[in-house]
Amino acid sequence: MDRKRAWRGRRLGQAIEGYLFISPWIVGFLLFTAGPIAASLVLSFFQWSLIRPPRLIWFDNYVQMFSQDPLFWQSLKVTLTYVAAAVPLQLAFALFLAILLNQKVRLIPVFRTIFYMPSQVSAVAVAVIFLWIYHPELGLINDLLAKVGIKGPAWLISERWALPALIGMSLWSVGGAMIILLAGLQDIPPHLYEAAALDGAGEVAKFLHVTLPMLSPVIFFNLVLGIIGGFQYFAQAYVMTRGGPLNATLFYALYLYLNAFNFLKMGYAAALAWVLFIVIVAATILQLRLARHWVYYEFEGGRG
Amino acid sequence: MSTVKSLGASVQRAGWSVLTRGRERSMLRQAVAYLLLCVFGLAMALPFLWMISTALKPDALVFSIPPQWIPNPPAWRNFIDSMTILGHPVHLYALNTAIIAALGVLGVALSSSLVAFGFARLDFPGRDGLFLLVISTMMLPRFVTIVPQFILFQRIGWLDTFLPLIVPYWFGAPFHIFLLRQFFLSIPKELDDAARVDGASSLQIYLRLILPLSKPALATVAIFAFVYHWNDLLEPLIFLSSQKNWTIALFLASFKGYMQQPRWNLLMAASTILTLPVLLLFFFAQRLFIGGITVTGIKG
Repeated sequence: MDRKRAWRGRRLGQAIEGYLFISPWIVGFLLFTAGPIAASLVLSFFQWSLIRPPRLIWFDNYVQMFSQDPLFWQSLKVTLTYVAAAVPLQLAFALFLAILLNQKVRLIPVFRTIFYMPSQVSAVAVAVIFLWIYHPELGLINDLLAKVGIKGPAWLISERWALPALIGMSLWSVGGAMIILLAGLQDIPPHLYEAAALDGAGEVAKFLHVTLPMLSPVIFFNLVLGIIGGFQYFAQAYVMTRGGPLNATLFYALYLYLNAFNFLKMGYAAALAWVLFIVIVAATILQLRLARHWVYYEFEGGRG
Repeated sequence: MSTVKSLGASVQRAGWSVLTRGRERSMLRQAVAYLLLCVFGLAMALPFLWMISTALKPDALVFSIPPQWIPNPPAWRNFIDSMTILGHPVHLYALNTAIIAALGVLGVALSSSLVAFGFARLDFPGRDGLFLLVISTMMLPRFVTIVPQFILFQRIGWLDTFLPLIVPYWFGAPFHIFLLRQFFLSIPKELDDAARVDGASSLQIYLRLILPLSKPALATVAIFAFVYHWNDLLEPLIFLSSQKNWTIALFLASFKGYMQQPRWNLLMAASTILTLPVLLLFFFAQRLFIGGITVTGIKG
């Protein structure tokens, strides 16, 4: 009886200690995450410029957004276009680089460093560097294009080419995904390739039937993160184009920022934030559903 | 006899030719791999080289067509001019950024390791559910909380101070809690039990046992947190206003595209100043970077 009580006392003590140890996170979560999310919902029912007192307008922010704000739709279109184009391209490029780094040749650490480093550069520095690279007359890209006889477009000043320029630029920063994919490649057991070779599989067949299925969980992980990140694309657009020309690069996060901090429409910005939240959650759930059809997980206990 | 011999020879020849064919193929494969590695390595390095090349050009060379890659003599002065001629105290911005980053790193490492210790080494009801909540907040877009946070910090008078950029990170960051928890889980639990038998409290186990064993993980956390704070634009942009409080990223972002006809060489010198610390850090701590990312990617 005594021992049991002592044991229960120890368990209770550990439970209290456990909560004490994680208490910083609980407090921070309530103050800086859960609180603001709830506040954001309440705020989205108000019209508030910070200067005058807030006015309750119920769903008017949402009604206005969906029915009277062409810029909301434009920003959604720009962002969805970016996500749909840039995320798959980034993944494909990251996988390509990872496969290159997985070859048995020398100097791999040097190349790995070169491929990975750009992803650690501040988005602001990337933006400024590419502002210069994409310069219509003096930029590096148009100079290289001129060498092969192509007259390059005006890139960031062109309504048509500004978004493709940003999508192309994003390929420079795929290092993080590349490293994760490389680790995934190195985790594939070699005997699978040997078995495939015995069955007469060529390089392409090995890639399609061994590499891709074995890598699909890692690809999925990067896809989810890439899409969440893509919806929040901000710094580069803020620095390079401020949404221009003619709103061709008005990303959703940039439009949200402008509403909150330039137009001081706090309520409207909060409503935009909630719509963004719902879109991202929906996109993630959709991917989890789709994942059942293409992500391959080894059977539990399938090995040994 | 001779047939046996010739058979042997032909087998040998056939074997040899298979062998050389295999070797030729693998050599071809290696050559292609090198070629592609070099082409893409050059492409990925080009923006850096272009930045540094422009940063070292005197004004007259910036607009030369075709561009000159190696300015002779290099205009080292640009790095000083970018601080003075642009009319901005860039050294002050660098100091601000360093202060914010240092205090952010300290806070996030301390608090996240405490929280991670709770999740990894102690048993309490609701632990796994709460940890799931930690992971799911990793996916939460910053833009969902930033407007109410702004209003909160305005109400308590923290705007235009470093506090909103530092204090929230003293309550643990989900990514770092996750990373440290994974590391703590890999330390044998028997060590804790042995220490408890000797009368050690949980706090002592955390301080004397787990933390010293976790130096590589803590260093990884510190590096990621430093890079995050050093590079970030959004929080300085929203929470800081007066120029004396600016960070380097905020300063670089203040150039409005092509509208101001910037002096590109000075701007590239300033970009180099923003980029260089991170690149140096990466060079000296490459394994920590790579190890850290790999932990997050596999079996998340």
